[in-house]
Amino acid sequence: MSEENKDLEKKRKAKRVNNQQGGRGQGGRFATLEKPKDFSGSVRRLAGYLKPYRVRMAIVIFMAIGATIFTVISPIIIGQITTSLYNSITTNTPIDFNFIKNTIFLLIGIYLVAASFSYLQQFLMASVSQRLGYDLRKQANDKIHKLPLKYFDSKTVGEILSRVTNDIDTIISTMQQSVTQLITSALTFIGIFVMMLIISPTLTLITLVTIPLSILITRNIAKRSQVYFSKQANALGELNGHVEETYTGHVTVKAYSRENQFIEEFNEINDRLYSHAWKAQFVSGIIMPLMSLVNNIGYVFVAVVGGIFVLRGNITIGSVQAFMQYTRQFTQPIVQTAEIINILQSTVASAERVFELLDEDEEYDESNKVLKLERPRGEVEFKNVTFGYTKEKPLIKDMNLYASPGETVAIVGPTGAGKTTIVNLLMRFYEIDDGEILIDGVNTKDLKREDVRKLFGMVLQDTWLFNGTIKENIAYGKENATDEEIMKAAKLAQADHFIRTLPKGYDTVLNEEASNISQGQKQLLTIARAILANPTILILDEATSSVDTRTEILIQKGMDVLMKGRTSFVIAHRLSTIKNADMILVMNNGQIIEQGTHEELMKLNGFYADLYNSQFAA
Amino acid sequence: MIKLFKNLKSYWKNIVGVLTFTMIGVLCELFLPRLMGNIVDNGVVNGDINYILKTGLQMIIFAIVGTSSMIVSAYLSSKTATGFGRDLRRMVFTKVEGYSLNEMEKLGTSSLITRTTNDINQIQQVAIMSLRMMVRAPLMLIGGFVMAFSTNSTLSRVLLISGPLLLIVIATIGRVAFPFFKKIQEKIDKINKVMREELSGIRVIRAFNKVDFEKKRFEKANKDLTETFLKVTRIMTLVMPLIMIILNFTNVAVIWFGSNLISTNNMEVGQLMAFIQYVMQIMFSLIMVSVIFIMIPRASASATRINEVLELQSDIVDGVEKLPENKEGDILELKDVTFNYFDSETPAVKDISFKVKKGQTTAIIGGTGSGKSTILNLIMRFFEPTSGEILLNGKNIKNISQDELRKHFSLIPQKTVLFTGTIRDNIKMGKEDATDEEIIEALKIAQAYDFVQKNKEGLDYILSQGGKNLSGGQKQRLSIARAIVRRPDFYLFDDSFSALDFKTDKILREELKKVTQNSGVLIVAQRISTIMDAETIVVLDDGEIVGMGNHKELLKSCEVYREIAQSQLGEEALKDE
Repeated sequence: MSEENKDLEKKRKAKRVNNQQGGRGQGGRFATLEKPKDFSGSVRRLAGYLKPYRVRMAIVIFMAIGATIFTVISPIIIGQITTSLYNSITTNTPIDFNFIKNTIFLLIGIYLVAASFSYLQQFLMASVSQRLGYDLRKQANDKIHKLPLKYFDSKTVGEILSRVTNDIDTIISTMQQSVTQLITSALTFIGIFVMMLIISPTLTLITLVTIPLSILITRNIAKRSQVYFSKQANALGELNGHVEETYTGHVTVKAYSRENQFIEEFNEINDRLYSHAWKAQFVSGIIMPLMSLVNNIGYVFVAVVGGIFVLRGNITIGSVQAFMQYTRQFTQPIVQTAEIINILQSTVASAERVFELLDEDEEYDESNKVLKLERPRGEVEFKNVTFGYTKEKPLIKDMNLYASPGETVAIVGPTGAGKTTIVNLLMRFYEIDDGEILIDGVNTKDLKREDVRKLFGMVLQDTWLFNGTIKENIAYGKENATDEEIMKAAKLAQADHFIRTLPKGYDTVLNEEASNISQGQKQLLTIARAILANPTILILDEATSSVDTRTEILIQKGMDVLMKGRTSFVIAHRLSTIKNADMILVMNNGQIIEQGTHEELMKLNGFYADLYNSQFAA
Repeated sequence: MIKLFKNLKSYWKNIVGVLTFTMIGVLCELFLPRLMGNIVDNGVVNGDINYILKTGLQMIIFAIVGTSSMIVSAYLSSKTATGFGRDLRRMVFTKVEGYSLNEMEKLGTSSLITRTTNDINQIQQVAIMSLRMMVRAPLMLIGGFVMAFSTNSTLSRVLLISGPLLLIVIATIGRVAFPFFKKIQEKIDKINKVMREELSGIRVIRAFNKVDFEKKRFEKANKDLTETFLKVTRIMTLVMPLIMIILNFTNVAVIWFGSNLISTNNMEVGQLMAFIQYVMQIMFSLIMVSVIFIMIPRASASATRINEVLELQSDIVDGVEKLPENKEGDILELKDVTFNYFDSETPAVKDISFKVKKGQTTAIIGGTGSGKSTILNLIMRFFEPTSGEILLNGKNIKNISQDELRKHFSLIPQKTVLFTGTIRDNIKMGKEDATDEEIIEALKIAQAYDFVQKNKEGLDYILSQGGKNLSGGQKQRLSIARAIVRRPDFYLFDDSFSALDFKTDKILREELKKVTQNSGVLIVAQRISTIMDAETIVVLDDGEIVGMGNHKELLKSCEVYREIAQSQLGEEALKDE
């Protein structure tokens, strides 16, 4: 591979990486397989989930067996009618309508029983798998609420989401469709084989010759088409990546007049996609005709040899007819089983991803902790606190800090300096490695996590609201809050006015992205939420980017109300907050590098002084 | 959908081929049962082994011819369907690249991505299925019926009852089940939404100790989904057993009436056997046809969305005049520019007039939604002003081509966009023939050279999609370097320093001053400290200009400006002035 090609390949890979999610499952049944790590172990574990439904599962299997037996038997019964007709014709005796009538009634009975069996079986299996899906989803969700925050910070939302949704969906649909199909296919295969042997071992031998042939064809073609399908999936992933980045970068592309360059690149990928796609389609498209050729050849042999056998009186005509039906159905279960095994593999891989989530380490149990702060005052102290996101790289070393009740601690520093680390430690989202954090003189480790968090109120820049009414969102901080309380909090937060101008006022439902109100209005709602929760200690993020100037002023008013009389940790952006703070923490690159009051820090003439001068001094 | 499939015209030869070869394949397939019947009636009954062998040979030839033509047909249909998909993709992508921002916003970026990728895949899939099944099933149906009819016309009456019955059953179940499928999709969306909210709000949930509340919310969605699922399965599991019963009962009826016909010498045993097989083939084709009918409405939704893209015309038309020669002191001028977004009654910007002079810095300040970015987009002609005009060197920008216009500008948008590829590729977007020296110089000015150099690949460092392997600040600096390498007449900065820390921001702007000396600079910002020393500051509020002048003048004359300054710099800072 030349240098240039290598670069190209690297670039393609880069484009694909982000599209693997979309690429998965694109190629359908012939797509590249994900191999499970421990197939039998995971299957056993999955089967464990079916224990509560074992009676139903037993019925399902029984029904499946019954339905298959009846389906396999019916051609032979039809054959008896044909034989009787044939005999009457060749011996010139009147047709035995009595026999035919009875046999037809028998057939009708068999068909009805088989149909109701297969209905019951499918229905039961569907309900079992849906309930299994329910159980898995519930477990996954419960688990999520028990995991430490570290887990969420190390994974994207999409990654976790896809385990709870896509992977569980895969498991359900496999359970519902493929498991019983596997049973039926295997049974049908065995049943047909037995019937064929009973009818004529010689004819069976002829048919058996076709089996290795069809397996060979399916295997070879599937292997080849798998190659094309995975190439197609890659090209498709690349194409999707290209489209996504071109469209999202539309302004930039246009600003630099690069439309043609991007179209050319698109055409190149598109052509490549086409050349893989048609081959994939073609190769997978010839399986059917080839299989039917093999099938037809078997069919012809059976017709010819069977015909000769009938002539010699070795076999009845009805048996030949039944036999021909069997040969038609014989290869079907083989193809099906091969497909199902592929599906099972990717399902087990899905199951493993779900189990991985379920097996993650949880936050340790704290139910034995009984200590409670009855009347919290809001005194906060850090004593020799050491912490790092990874043990090898401590970010904070021996940090000490004291804030008496009602004081304000300002945290300043450039974006990405690690200001949220302090939040993480205060709220016990992360556990410190050494030292202690005391609230009112009590080590927060001696309190339950929930009880620590109850002391805090949080207004962050990332305004999280849920898909519910405004009222419900404000009341999120206090259960059973009355309407008066909610409105009072909204008024204090300067949010009452804009809420009232909405057509449905407090009952306005926030849509999914909460895009029916502005970013600034969202922030006002989170302030109201915090006011209603009435916490002892506050954590505030003053950043008001992407907020218009008028709302910004309202937000600041709201925050001032909120901070009154509470110990506050403020990620500060306003000069007035910083200057009036009782303590300023200056952070950079994840570490606290300076600490003190405004005057002290200015005297130090270090990072803070630099920062202050560059931002605020004209 | 039909409109879209008109694009298949160039493949008409292939399609005729598919039809012909499928027809041959189907005919061969259909003749097999008849030959088999002949073996019984002429060979077995008469004891003619030679006839049996001869017919057997005929059957094998038919089988081989049939398979070969199906393979040819598969070849043609694969090429046609995927080629059709390729053409559509190319058409849509090229069309979208010609869109102005107006059209982009009308249809939405994410929706356009889905239309170009998923929707077209959907259509391609339908095309493949159509060419494979939709052609074969009706042929099989008609052929099967003709063969059955010619085998025994009296007996084929059975089909007149069971055929429609099968269609009615499938259609009814389909109609009952379809609304449920939609409902299921809604419930799945709902449960995903709750989950997504839980994951993105995990800190808030824990901070407010709302785990139980969230569990209840999830439980409700989970139960809802499961119950709806169970309802659908109750109906859907009926399909297969019912179809099987109809098929089998048809068989029984054929046998019964067939026996009667045989007893009156109107039919032979072999014919009955062949007839039964034809009945099966007909019924299976009916099932296939109904499956296709289920697929079509889904695909037609995709087709409609693709057509929307292809039919939307860009409202921006290139002018043909040339720009007068580049002179010192060229200016960009906005004259009473007003602009309405397509879906809005109130103008986004109104009566905007100001000038950007070369060698000077002009700044626009105002809150979100005040229309700052809109002005930049109008200058770049991503939008067309509703009224008023924008002049470059005295020429209305409408009268020159977009390429010609954009040559004079470097826009550094608010949202940094980088593309998959090396750093060099990305910078070169600004200037196609930039040398490494020029690139490095631009990187140095943009304060990006240090971190670029840190990687051993240097300029060859490959950015993943959207530059995800870089920090926000690094991306912003690269995008600034891309603008610098162009050395344009005008720089348009749209809040382009927001991700930089203060120190870098300061150094960068000082360095930048050196290269922008002879250019016009237009900065849009929210941070007052960024623009305080601009020669002209335009204060925008709610789409209108409420003040213009330098920092000092505005503090005195403009209330909005003073408010902003006050909230960002604090009372005291203003007193210092």
